[in-house]
Amino acid sequence: MSKTTSIVMVGVGGQGILLATQIAARAALIMGFDVKTNEVHGMAQRGGSVVAQIRFGEKVFSPLVPEGTADVLVSLERIEALRFAGFLSPDGIAVVSSQAIIPVTVSSGQAKYPSDAEDRLRKTFRRLAYIDAVGVAERLCDTRVANVILLGAMSASLDLPAECWQEAIAQCVKPKFKEMNISAFEEGKRLAVSV
Amino acid sequence: MAIMSHTKPPRALLSGNEAIARGAWEAGVTVATGYPGTPSTEILESARAFANDIYCEWSPNEKVALEVAAGACLAGARTIVTMKHVGLNVAADPLMTLAYIGTVGGLAICVADDPGMHSSQNEQDTRHYARFGKVPILEPSDSQEAKDFVALAMQISETHSTPVLLRSTTRVSHSSGAVALGERRPTAPLQGFQKNPQRFVPIPLYGRPMRVRLEERLAALAAAANTSPANRIEWGDRSLGIIAEGIAYQYVRELAPDASVLKIGWVWPFPDELIREFAAGVRRLLIVEELDPILEEHVRSLGIACEGRSLVPGIGELSSDRLAAALGKSAPASFKIDADLPARPPVLCPACPHRGIFSALGKFDVVVTGDIGCYSLGVFPPLKRIDTILCMGGGISMAHGMQKADEKSGDTSRTLPKVVGIVGDSTFFHSGITGLLDIAYNKGAATIIVVDNRITAMTGHQDHPGTGRTLMGEDTISASVEDFGRACGIKNIATVDPYDLKESIETIGKALGSDEPWLIVARSPCPLHARKSVGPARRVDQELCKKCKACLRLGCPAIEWANDEIRVNELLCGGCTLCEQVCKEGAIAIAAAGACHE
Repeated sequence: MSKTTSIVMVGVGGQGILLATQIAARAALIMGFDVKTNEVHGMAQRGGSVVAQIRFGEKVFSPLVPEGTADVLVSLERIEALRFAGFLSPDGIAVVSSQAIIPVTVSSGQAKYPSDAEDRLRKTFRRLAYIDAVGVAERLCDTRVANVILLGAMSASLDLPAECWQEAIAQCVKPKFKEMNISAFEEGKRLAVSV
Repeated sequence: MAIMSHTKPPRALLSGNEAIARGAWEAGVTVATGYPGTPSTEILESARAFANDIYCEWSPNEKVALEVAAGACLAGARTIVTMKHVGLNVAADPLMTLAYIGTVGGLAICVADDPGMHSSQNEQDTRHYARFGKVPILEPSDSQEAKDFVALAMQISETHSTPVLLRSTTRVSHSSGAVALGERRPTAPLQGFQKNPQRFVPIPLYGRPMRVRLEERLAALAAAANTSPANRIEWGDRSLGIIAEGIAYQYVRELAPDASVLKIGWVWPFPDELIREFAAGVRRLLIVEELDPILEEHVRSLGIACEGRSLVPGIGELSSDRLAAALGKSAPASFKIDADLPARPPVLCPACPHRGIFSALGKFDVVVTGDIGCYSLGVFPPLKRIDTILCMGGGISMAHGMQKADEKSGDTSRTLPKVVGIVGDSTFFHSGITGLLDIAYNKGAATIIVVDNRITAMTGHQDHPGTGRTLMGEDTISASVEDFGRACGIKNIATVDPYDLKESIETIGKALGSDEPWLIVARSPCPLHARKSVGPARRVDQELCKKCKACLRLGCPAIEWANDEIRVNELLCGGCTLCEQVCKEGAIAIAAAGACHE
């Protein structure tokens, strides 16, 4: 039986992780794979650390990614990648947005936000795509598409054809946002190939 | 939340909750009720997509939801009712007697448990209710089964005239998988309720024979469980046999693809013959179940030796990682995790109106009895304005109890802090009204604040009797918290704007200075639901800022302290002005719009 591909997406509640998860899962489903995802809803979602998982292959049992086995770790916030590094396989690639979202625990003086996050990321991950997704999104004039930019960057390391991704995006976003999201996706893909 | 593609695919990607809704539609369900509660909420939200065929309603609470469902099924309709695990406690009263009366149309009571307490105050195991209430319970392990088991539940319910529990867990409800879709079963015209007092009226005279019939029904159900497609033996390597149910089956298959497995989807009454056959065919027997060792204890009671809780953790949810050790597997190498990362717990959103009330309460030495909802997040620093939480509606009644205990403290030399109860609008309508009535009736003196954001927010914005809209999307009455207060006999009722700190502080001060009960309604709509900012984003003028950190004590995620500078993240700011109101230096004001603003 072929290997199950595992993706873990992390970030902060409200960053659009659920949409990114849906798009990736649909792309795999359109390709004809068995797919399972897992998401967090409810209380855990409100501005807290959020984890979503996607697995696809010939037959998928558990919706949860075992530690040390993810092929890709996508992080929409820079230190969340460090928090959830344990999911990634030693051969896996980390696709990380350089965005920093300061937790309330830091602003209220209970903890410190690491000033050397980028160094730590480079030391932790053998394969790292560190991307200014918010900067790119601002150039596209819609900061909400940072999630899809990272999805594009991630797609560069997965074996799913471009048509699957485009169809998946079309299924998951309203028609008027389709073009914007597809450009964001392509931009992300281009960035990942260049790093 | 359901994202269904416009062109109909042979398979759809559905969450367990979406799959249950789809299963209800395919099974010919015509009535669906419930009360929101993570992780169950999306079942009914997704059923709403079939509103042409299914009447859907958010009931004020789970007890009402089950009673409405009972009425519908006694009239002959196929019915589902949805709730989270603790919701079944609220609905336990009708459940216990409905088992005696039985059903006419099929009834599935869909209950979602939350092992690991992702979004719950406890991790009770709903399977106990099956035996307690003497009703069968099914437990799907993925989205496909979640859909298929609704039809199975209807069939069991109608064959045996019993309500059926359909238990899901967070990882089934909130995992998505490919589901093969079917058509809707044709529905026959409804017969309507057929009068038969000996069957439907459990007065003692008729109830005693019902009790006997109930035991006969359970014997028939136990026999049916042995041949149900929900239970099956998958023979493999016979040196290890694993009995697994629910999501645990998927973890077992992931880790031990070659082991023999007895997969249990119909959990109670237990399929004893299958269990005996399976146990006899394997050399070693392991039971893998989440939470309480219900299966394990039963297998032992059959005189069969097995392992279970001695190897499989019973606290928190399972995962293939947690099961690996029990099955003798070593964990793969993984990256080291930084130990000194700042925690990122969930927080009240930027511009949340509850923040205004918590900030105002910070001015007083009070004990705050909280309740279930977003406002439970007020427990975290820097707000720290929730001192205890028990259950839905408990914030009101507990405040009364504490105030009465203080009255009788017997120590007149010191004054105990006053007690304030905080409850949300949806929770108030759910089970807060009776507590308020108690305060008025029994001459209490607590101050109750209803933080009324006009929606059931924590579970993802569901309508309730105060919102003026039904789940079917129709305009309706908008129940008034103040009117309920007056009807209960509360004389001091004030309505405040939670974004107006001065008004909130003055009103709370007045209430705490009084010997009578007060009802304060802090009303402003949830900006996340309204999908618009309260006002324009704010900015900190670094020239004027003296870094006193008063604004940081609001615990707003949009106000950041980094590089020895306080700034407002304009992408997050909802313009609620609370920070501007607490700033003594006048350093916070409206920010200029950025280049991309429309």
